[in-house]
Amino acid sequence: MFEELMKPQTIDMILKGIRETLYMTLFSTLLGYVFGLPMGVLLTISDEGGLWPHKLLYKVLDVIVNIVRSIPFLILLIVLIPFTRFVTGKGYGPTATVVSLTVAAIPFIARVVESSLKEVDAGVIEAAKSMGAGTFRIVWKVLLVEARTSLIVNATIVVGTILGYSAMAGTVGGGGLGDIAVRYGYYRYEVGIMIVTVVLLVLLVQIFQTIGMLIARRLDRRRTGTGAAE
Amino acid sequence: MSDIIVENLSKTFLSKDGTVEALKNVNLEIHSGDIYGIIGMSGAGKSTLVRCLNYLEVPTEGRVLIDGKPLSSFSEKELRAERQSIGMIFQHFNLLMQKSVEANVCFPMQIKGKSRADARKRAAELLELVGLSEKRKSYPAQLSGGQKQRVAIARALAMDPKILLCDEATSALDPQTTVQILELLKEINQKYGITIVIITHQMSVVRAICSHVAILKDGEVAETGLVSDIFAHPKTQVAKELLRNDVGNDVQMKAPDGAKTKDKIQHGEIIRIVFSENSAFEPVIANMMLTFQEPVNILKADTKNVGGVAKGEMILQFRKHSQKKEEMKQYLLDRGLAVGEAPEYV
Ligand SMILES: Nc1ncnc2c1ncn2[C@@H]1O[C@H](COP(=O)(O)OP(=O)(O)OP(=O)(O)O)[C@@H](O)[C@H]1O
Ligand SMILES: [Mg+2]
Repeated sequence: MFEELMKPQTIDMILKGIRETLYMTLFSTLLGYVFGLPMGVLLTISDEGGLWPHKLLYKVLDVIVNIVRSIPFLILLIVLIPFTRFVTGKGYGPTATVVSLTVAAIPFIARVVESSLKEVDAGVIEAAKSMGAGTFRIVWKVLLVEARTSLIVNATIVVGTILGYSAMAGTVGGGGLGDIAVRYGYYRYEVGIMIVTVVLLVLLVQIFQTIGMLIARRLDRRRTGTGAAE
Repeated sequence: MSDIIVENLSKTFLSKDGTVEALKNVNLEIHSGDIYGIIGMSGAGKSTLVRCLNYLEVPTEGRVLIDGKPLSSFSEKELRAERQSIGMIFQHFNLLMQKSVEANVCFPMQIKGKSRADARKRAAELLELVGLSEKRKSYPAQLSGGQKQRVAIARALAMDPKILLCDEATSALDPQTTVQILELLKEINQKYGITIVIITHQMSVVRAICSHVAILKDGEVAETGLVSDIFAHPKTQVAKELLRNDVGNDVQMKAPDGAKTKDKIQHGEIIRIVFSENSAFEPVIANMMLTFQEPVNILKADTKNVGGVAKGEMILQFRKHSQKKEEMKQYLLDRGLAVGEAPEYV
């Protein structure tokens, strides 16, 4: 069952799968943050007791996030095909998948950003206000800085989740390792190739996790002792 | 130059379980250069009151005037500018945990738009003032509570405030550190003429550094006046109660290990100390014991405590073979006390 694996074209295909998966995951995470981070900030500050309470805005964002988050990704993927085609000119393949992944990522990211920012000690915000800091400065210099560790930890979780979604997109011809796993493992019973792709997916998640945690820890100044000073 | 006048101030909070009248018709007059204490039990409305002084909390009724200008007349932007001249320190320090000590002190200066180099220079001076120069590059998590509060004080001073608001600034600190922080605040008050408002639930803090005090009970001002007057003639029940809890706090503090002082001390040298008008505003003997971590025996105390100023004399006995005897005498001298022999006790 492993002969197929050793063929150069198989290896090429798997390498291409890795590239596509990385491209889809990283690109849509990035795009997701471009929209999701400001949205998470707005959710945080517009909430009751926030820096800039705005009931209606909060409610609208909250509902949008909840709706998108409650649609299973596979269904979202199918529902979005016309939109994807409109944006990229194609309904399938890695670039098309980026669009659906980004749409799924934005509310997810907004939520995790909100939860990170809400962990910031209210006392520190109060201190900044007492110094005459405005809302924008407090968001930029206090909230985002104090929540840095939590934001990075959550970003690694986001990358892991998006990577999982990208694999799911494989079932509808989305490209990447997931696509290979489905085509070979499910349709052609090439168990060897399927195992390799699954192992690679797990490895990728692990690598992202490790790097993310390492960065988060290095940047955290709350621990006494090592790493923090100098 | 910085008077704070509070006129008919009320604050009502609306919450799910009904309304809370946190402050009811509060009137206060705090003069420039005062160290003004606001004391009350938990829930009395102290934090709410102090937050009204810089409009972090907007009063439901009444006015707050700083130098004659009502804060209600300021736009949001003007209010932010005004806050830059009112420093604030907190019970839990509220430092930026991800920023170095220096960056914390520079933060308010950045808000003011000072250049990075100027801010650094000023931060260095302020850290020198609070005695933390060598911790410039440390992070708050690496500091003790007292050190964190010093950073917070340096940060508050970075704005060159005319007023400093302290909300339970020593409540999270041990007695010895409390004394040090209070001394620092006093020094700042004298050196820069900054008006200081001190919120506390401890009479000993008021006694140690305040010139004036307002007693707050259930959102109302029960009594205000000179600390010395209130200590001498408390008029209200709540004032008497707060005083009773505090009686003799400054001379009968326990030895650090909790044992009764008297039982543990072997007979050593006996001295007489005389308190006069010039003596420091602080519980001298207790502070000395805390500073040197060594008990002394009080053989006789004939003092009156007036507004935190002790008057009269005391006979003290050091521990036998005390190593710190001379240092302790110097400590007393430094605080304006006369130290002499007490032949009748030998
Ligand atoms: N944002 C708020 N919403 C509702 N009620 C509040 C709010 N802030 C304070 N209160 C209420 O107002 C009253 C006074 O509170 P405040 O925090 O001013 O008391 P305090 O004297 O500072 O007490 P402590 O010594 O415990 O800090 C309390 O009954 C409190 O529950
Ligand atoms: Mg309080």
